[in-house]
Order: sequence, then C-alpha cells, then structure tokens
Amino acid sequence: MFLSSQNASPCFQDFTLVMPAVAVGNVAQLAVDLIVSTLKMSRVGFIHTDCLIPMAGNNPYTTCKEDAEELHTPAEVYTAAEQKLAVLQIRAPIIQAKSKKFRQLLVSWIKASGFSRTIVLSSSHAYQRDDQQLQSAPVRYLITPSLMKVSGDALKELGWRELEKVAAFPGLTDTSAESRLYIPGGGITKGLYTDGCAEDLPLAVLLLFCSEGDNIPDALTLVNQLNDWLHLLDNPSTSCNKWKIPTSWSLLFGSGIPPALF
Amino acid sequence: MATFFGEVLSVFSRAVEEDEDDLSDNEEDEQIRRELEEKRVVHLHWNPEVTECLKSGNKLKCSDFILAVGPNAARFLSVHALTSANWDTVGHSSLWNERNQTTTGQTSVEPACVFHRQKDNPSVLICQVTCYIAEDQLFQWTEKVFDCLQHRQLNVTVLSDSSVAEYKAADYLHCSSAPFLRSLHSSTYNGKSVCPSLEQPNIFTGLPAAVLSHCEVHRIPAVVYQCYSDVLGADSVTMETYNPVLTSLGKSIQLDPAPSTDVLRKFSRTSNIQSNLYI
Repeated sequence: MFLSSQNASPCFQDFTLVMPAVAVGNVAQLAVDLIVSTLKMSRVGFIHTDCLIPMAGNNPYTTCKEDAEELHTPAEVYTAAEQKLAVLQIRAPIIQAKSKKFRQLLVSWIKASGFSRTIVLSSSHAYQRDDQQLQSAPVRYLITPSLMKVSGDALKELGWRELEKVAAFPGLTDTSAESRLYIPGGGITKGLYTDGCAEDLPLAVLLLFCSEGDNIPDALTLVNQLNDWLHLLDNPSTSCNKWKIPTSWSLLFGSGIPPALF
Repeated sequence: MATFFGEVLSVFSRAVEEDEDDLSDNEEDEQIRRELEEKRVVHLHWNPEVTECLKSGNKLKCSDFILAVGPNAARFLSVHALTSANWDTVGHSSLWNERNQTTTGQTSVEPACVFHRQKDNPSVLICQVTCYIAEDQLFQWTEKVFDCLQHRQLNVTVLSDSSVAEYKAADYLHCSSAPFLRSLHSSTYNGKSVCPSLEQPNIFTGLPAAVLSHCEVHRIPAVVYQCYSDVLGADSVTMETYNPVLTSLGKSIQLDPAPSTDVLRKFSRTSNIQSNLYI
C-alpha cells in the first residue's frame, strides 16, 4: 500500500510514472537510480508491502554529509513536480509466491493515482533471443492499446522496434503455429503488461536484452533510450554522459583487496 | 562461484523466474500452496494477563521496545538487564520454516523468540530473537508484534548481530578492526547515536530492516545498532561491542553496567563446544 512520507498526500494526476521491473542484471533499477539522482527528485512516499524482502539503508543518492543520514526502504516513490514525473524505485527482490499479489497492488495503485501513462523499464535474457530478436539494437518496446492511441506515432517516429512474439513451439514449420509473448528473466514485466491491456491502462514496457554482470552500460543504454522519448535531460547526447551515478553504486565488486597479497 | 584466488563464494543469480503464476490454474497445487502458507504463519503467544488486555481492545502500553536479534545481542541483554530478576516473561512467538522446524510444539528447552517485561516499569518490553525468521515471515512478524503495542510515545531500539563479511568498505578491513558497531535510525528518531552511521553502499537486511522500515513509514522513533563480528556464534568480545549502547538504554531501564564474572561466564559457556581433536 502507498504511504505518504509527508503530511499531505501527493497528487499524481497527469503525472508520467516510470518504474522498474526487478529483472535480469537489475538494469531497470539502475536506470531508475540514474533518473532519480540526476533530476534530484524528492521522495514523496513508500510502497509498504509484505511482497518485498525487507531492507534498509542510508540515503543512496547522498551528495553531502547533511543528507547522508536519511533512512530509505525497499520501495519508494519520487517526484519531479515541474516535469510532471513520478518514479517508483524498487530496491529488493519480490517474494516469489507473492509476485501476483504485488502486481495487483501496483495496478490498483496506478489506477487510483491517475497517472497519465506508466512506463515499465525491464530487461530480458539475451541468450534466449530467437533469430528475429537478434537483429538490430537490443532495445524493444510493448505498448497497451490504450496508450497506443496517444503515443503510437511518437514511438514510430523514434523508429523503435516492438518486442517480437516468439513461436510457442519452436522448430515446427507449420505456418499457422501459435506465437506468444515471452519475456524470460523479466520478472513481473509480462504480467504487468497483460494486466495493463486487460484493465485498459495507458502503459508501455521498454526492455533491453542483456546478460548478468557489470550492468552499468546496459542501464545507461536503457535510460538514454527512455530519454529519447521523454526528454528528461535536454541534450544528453552532446556530452557522452550527463547522467549522475549515485554513491550507492560504489564497491560493486566488494571491498578492497588485502594489501598483504602483493 | 570461485574467485581468482580459489575461494568459493555462494552467489545467487539475480535472474528472475518467470511464468510462475501459470501454475495457479491447478487446483491441487493451489491447495498445497495454501496449506504451506498457513504453516508459515507467525503466532504470538502472550500470558493470560496480556491476552486479556489485548482481547478487550487495548494495546500494550509500551514506552521502550528493545529487540535483540542474534545470539550476541540476546546474551548482551541477558547479562546486563535480564539477570536482575526483576523481569517477567510475558510471551513468545512461534513460527515454522525450512530452518526452524521444532518450534511449532514449543517443547524445546528454550523458546527462540521471547518477550520480557520489567516488573516495576511494565512499559519496557524486551524481545530476544535467536531463531531464523524466513524472508517472507519478517514483515508478518513485525506487523503482528507492533499491532500489539501502543504507538504513542513508543521508542524502538534494535541490537543485531551480523557477519563482517556482509560489510563493504573501500579499504581492506583488518582483522583487528572487527567487531564494530554501525547504526541506522528512522527520521523521527532524535536521540544521539553512540556509533558511526552505516555508510553507503551497505544496507541492513533481515529483522532489523523489517522493523526499521515499519517504524519509518509509521513515524515511530527507532534506532538499530548492528554489530559486525568475525566470530560465528556467541563470543564475549562481540558481546562487549554493544557496551556503548548501555548509556542510551540506561535512561529507560535499570542496567548492570559491570556484571560479575560469574554471570558473564554463564552466558558465554554454551558456545565452547569441547573438541576431541587433541585428546
């Protein structure tokens, strides 16, 4: 459930919501981190639920000593009011048996908040692509009919590719073979999208094929792609990297090495 | 995963399973899952007096809730507070999970999650948790316990054990630097911290994180002190690391700052398992 961190509950009417799906390489969560830290968004509330594994830490986007000691929880909502942008960051894995419940909770919160559109960032296993998915850049999108009416043309102009459906039974050369939507390693992505279609939500999925490892380059690719559509930053392409990497990304590969080794 | 130096690390994949809910179509699976879920429910057992009070719709009046998670934190409280014999055991919680299967009957010698209340000042509640609480039970445990407590003027202090391997720092940690304390507090907490705050990119997980998140969203003042130790199990040096916390706890409860050696010996003995290697 959503709980406000301020005294007045925030208004999300006509805001764009950007949220990650916990998926391969945590690419979407890293991309959301970049958005929050670069735009210096402010926290407006928490999603407090038993569907996520508990965690707590100090401010992940700290820039100075004064704001370092601020408690942060598994799922929080940030806003940039002048851009009419809201961001949901999820920092913990979803408890597997409760992923359906979590999806329902998100969908009902999105509906109740009145967001004008929701963009789900996600990733999928690169090694499970089929022949047509191997072609061109590794970014794909999905869009619900309800958002298609509004933003379909904008996406066409950008020249993005929609996620190809894959054969339900690969290897069978029957032309009438069934095809299906398949997002391996994508967590709740597919569920959110199908729920979005069923509930007539204006929702889009932007996903990247990737493998696990150092996923920082993947996160930059995904956030740049999103920026081409939403124009969060004015001109990110002029200098190669205007995105601000938060302090919480340090020590990605563990602590320092014992000096006695050398 | 093996590192360059041959150490074997238990790294779990961050990849996520998909299509799990396709299974739910099967009625039999659904029933098994429901029964498993029922089995994993956390139960609180209070003594008749508290049960009576909760039944009549009142909540426990509580000004200080002190939670100890892990053997060293629990023993620290036993040594400095609970030995004074002016504490009542008011209840315990029982739960079942894959690593904690005996507590359902509560016939074991020592229940692993016990609540104590001070006799002359019943608004102080201590809870010692030494059992494993699974990830999906942490939230539930926290909700159930805090549901029994009155939130007005409540202060929460958590002491928790952790392994130094969980701690990340840019410089290599010398063995001599462990054990050490780190703290995190909710935004409504205005007390003075007795140790450095937890640095990025470190996080707390488990029960301390669940309690802290609950307190943050419900605006309850709470502070967690986590001790990073290089010793597994109970150990007097690790236990002493919590000593700075005595000053802040001393305001609300009567503590024994320098317990006798007999008491200390009693609480550190159990971990010394006799080895027969050199007989």
